[in-house]
Amino acid sequence: MRFSGTEEYVSTEDLTLAVNAAITLQRPLLIKGEPGTGKTMLAVQVAKALGVPLLEWHIKSTTKAQQGLYEYDAVSRLRDSQLGDPRVQDIHNYIIKGMLWQAFTQDTPCVLLIDEVDKADIEFPNDLLREIDRMEFYVYETRELIKAKNRPIVFITSNNEKELPDAFLRRCFFHYIRFPEKETMEKIVEVHYPNLKKNLLREALEVFFEIREVPGLKKKPSTSELLDWLKLLLSEDIPPDALRSKDRKTIIPPLHGALLKNEQDVHLFERLVFMTRAKGN
Amino acid sequence: MLIDFFLKLKSHKLPVSIKEYLTLLEALQKGVIGSSVEDFYYLSRTALVKDEANFDKFDRAFSEFWQGVETIPGIEAQIPLEWLLKQAELTLTEEEKKQIEALGGWEKLMETLKKRLEEQKGRHQGGNKWVGTGGTSPYGAYGFNPEGIRIGQDRSRNRRAVKVWDQREYQNLDDSVELGTRNIKVALRRLRRFARKGAPEEFDLENTISSTAKKAYLDIHMRPERRNTVKVLMFLDIGGSMDDHVKLCQEMFSAAKTEFKHLEYYYFHNFLYDFVWKDNRRRHSERTKTWDLLHKYGHDYKIVFVGDATMSPYEILQPGGSIEYFNEEPGAVWMKRVTDVYQKCIWLNPEPEEIWGYRQSVQIVKELMGGRMYPTTIAGLENAMKLLTK
Repeated sequence: MRFSGTEEYVSTEDLTLAVNAAITLQRPLLIKGEPGTGKTMLAVQVAKALGVPLLEWHIKSTTKAQQGLYEYDAVSRLRDSQLGDPRVQDIHNYIIKGMLWQAFTQDTPCVLLIDEVDKADIEFPNDLLREIDRMEFYVYETRELIKAKNRPIVFITSNNEKELPDAFLRRCFFHYIRFPEKETMEKIVEVHYPNLKKNLLREALEVFFEIREVPGLKKKPSTSELLDWLKLLLSEDIPPDALRSKDRKTIIPPLHGALLKNEQDVHLFERLVFMTRAKGN
Repeated sequence: MLIDFFLKLKSHKLPVSIKEYLTLLEALQKGVIGSSVEDFYYLSRTALVKDEANFDKFDRAFSEFWQGVETIPGIEAQIPLEWLLKQAELTLTEEEKKQIEALGGWEKLMETLKKRLEEQKGRHQGGNKWVGTGGTSPYGAYGFNPEGIRIGQDRSRNRRAVKVWDQREYQNLDDSVELGTRNIKVALRRLRRFARKGAPEEFDLENTISSTAKKAYLDIHMRPERRNTVKVLMFLDIGGSMDDHVKLCQEMFSAAKTEFKHLEYYYFHNFLYDFVWKDNRRRHSERTKTWDLLHKYGHDYKIVFVGDATMSPYEILQPGGSIEYFNEEPGAVWMKRVTDVYQKCIWLNPEPEEIWGYRQSVQIVKELMGGRMYPTTIAGLENAMKLLTK
């Protein structure tokens, strides 16, 4: 199995290599990068390209490692026993399989996405060490060992909100998705909007990268925001002239709300535009 | 051969482990990559480096290894131009040399290179240390060398000529802060205090059983989860004599930040007066009154001051003693207010403990803190944390 990007996902050389290394060696791949650079999309696209099922486990601050393995529903068993339900005899009825369990017992290899691992508690990654490493875990309630039939291809994404423990890192491959350069960006846009007018794209990209350069922005617009913005520009049928370079610094680009998602950022940006305009006069 | 590579990375203080090295070998054995160096660079980076902050270090180590250049200590002050030129000559391939020919020859190119180098020197004299290289290595110059070759060339045509690891795109992420934080974290961990607070989300099996048995009907009990509830308010001295301790403070701060859920921090300069600030870039416009802090954060907060307490005694004891503005009340009064409100206060001093006795201001501060001043060694931190948990 080899991955080499898909029709909808532009994968850079280093990213492709990291993915293939992770697939070949059956190690998890940890992906970091600015928000909106396609960390989560990667797992989706790899699953699609390889034609294997995708299992997603989205992590929240309350997620426990155990929930990824299984949960024992003692409460319903207690209730069933009061009601005399025959199901109560079999403990298996009350064990709810988590995402890891499901991934381990798939008949074909699959892609498992552990999304935003840094949102969880600081101990969360440590609790998954053995599961990630040996791809097996023990179910105490039924005394059975669950072992992966086929080692799943594991993708783990992180937004860097918490530092991950060394022991965990050592077991993973790591890739940092850099913010794409203009050339890669053009390719990405091409993939999403193949019929975009060339000059509109050029103007839009320039505006986009200029906005990214504005100092002091709380949240710089990222690839996904650019794509949304282009979609809007297309649907509103904005002519490329509206983004024209001559007075670009003195106008606020149309529909900029798609690029700047933060009230303070919009204010800052507008102030800067007014300042340059005042200087120009 | 790759053992040398591994050791090279180690000597560049990259946190690589044997397990990761074996993984890399396994990947090579399984034929993940072809024979291209670039692929090897990507593969070894993805297998060995687990933090983008270390990418720059890795790039430097990689290019050093790849060129077989030895580190010469002390060379960072000035790069001999000759040396640089030689290196450039050595690293050029036939193809590159031809391209240079096409551009008007070696001479012209070298002139540009020289200009570049002068520019670099100028900046260096201007007092800017080479940010990113951290002043640790001549390979700032090194990365600069192929960069120089790129001058004047058509960028898109020749993008490949500059080797990927020499582009060093990750340089400003290198903070070197993470190296020592693990020990500090372990020390800070003593401060953990678990308590059950908040929404009852966890099923309390024991209580449910006993209560069900008592009442003879199913009586389910839930309880809140155990969480680390310790609250810490940090005051950090910044600027002036603290510049020598910036690295240590950064380490401590980043360790504390990941360790405590409720961590608030403020900066001050030299001593605590009637205001503090949160952002050093906007310290003059965005200040917080110390009174507000005393009212805002509850008594159960634990206070940690970080500072060298080295100043003129007037700065502590006299009104108007602050070196920055006229403070109406002496710093000592403010310190007393803080220690009155919060029972658990400590002062961490990055200066070595032996010299405290020779500095009057340190003695005064120590007295104000009721003797609760600790050095920022691991042992000192542990003692400090013990006191805070009591």
